[in-house]
Amino acid sequence: MESHQDDTGSKIGMWLFLLSEILLFGGLFILYSSYRYKNPADFHLAAWELNRALGTLNTLILITSSLFMALSIYFLRKGGRNLSMLFLCATIFLGLLFLGVKYVEWTAKIGHGLYPNSLRLLGRSKGEILFYGLYYSTTGLHGLHVLVGLLILSVMLVLMMKGKVNENRFIPLENTGLYWHLVDIIWIFLFPLFYLIP
Amino acid sequence: MESGLKGWSMKNNKFQTYLLVWLGLVILTAITVSMAGMNLGPMSIGIVLAVAAIKSGLVLGYFMHLKYETGLLFKLMIPIVLAVLTVFIGLTFTDIAFR
Repeated sequence: MESHQDDTGSKIGMWLFLLSEILLFGGLFILYSSYRYKNPADFHLAAWELNRALGTLNTLILITSSLFMALSIYFLRKGGRNLSMLFLCATIFLGLLFLGVKYVEWTAKIGHGLYPNSLRLLGRSKGEILFYGLYYSTTGLHGLHVLVGLLILSVMLVLMMKGKVNENRFIPLENTGLYWHLVDIIWIFLFPLFYLIP
Repeated sequence: MESGLKGWSMKNNKFQTYLLVWLGLVILTAITVSMAGMNLGPMSIGIVLAVAAIKSGLVLGYFMHLKYETGLLFKLMIPIVLAVLTVFIGLTFTDIAFR
């Protein structure tokens, strides 16, 4: 029996999911903005302590991974299966690198005694406690999304090896790409909010 | 029918475009990072968020192929959600500002 395939339908389904993700992170952005509005000096002080170089590095890593993801889809549609799989592997590698940098960053902060409910943090002002609470929950939730993205990317790699995702059936990879790019967009906003805004 | 199922077309979809978009994203990142060191005062929040909006526009349009999508639904969904988010942000801030 010929299986029914509705590409537009599955893509719209993916977009609906992504839009609910925008509202999820949007809620966290509103929370950040209102606390920042109430405690501008404390937020400034706490943001100054974050490692701006590592944040910038991670931004470049995610942007480049998005490029590789887009190229993977581009080459799959052109019929270059091997090139497509190569770029998919590169995307996975950069995703892992992102998480590695995040690990280094978090370990350094935790090593300095700056983590939710730590004695050192509780001794600080209310705004700084709020900032670090938001920092860990928002970048943590984003990191979780990267982790889930990596799992889906790996599944896609296996499906491509088996030939189940191919030139004529590329929508699964397209939808994976949509998810990966959204995770990138969320970081594009997280990065200036936590690391840059003076 | 076939073109409808395939979604966005490969026409006008070039390898160089992706590289240029990536270059644009890198340059915009460099701009925001270097601006953060300049201390432009209250204006800087607006500028930094505007640059982030342009960057996400590039990702949405080119990497996520919204520019190449043909259906009206795709062009409407995102503005609607962004409008909802803007209303939320607006209401929250009028609440905080006039409390």
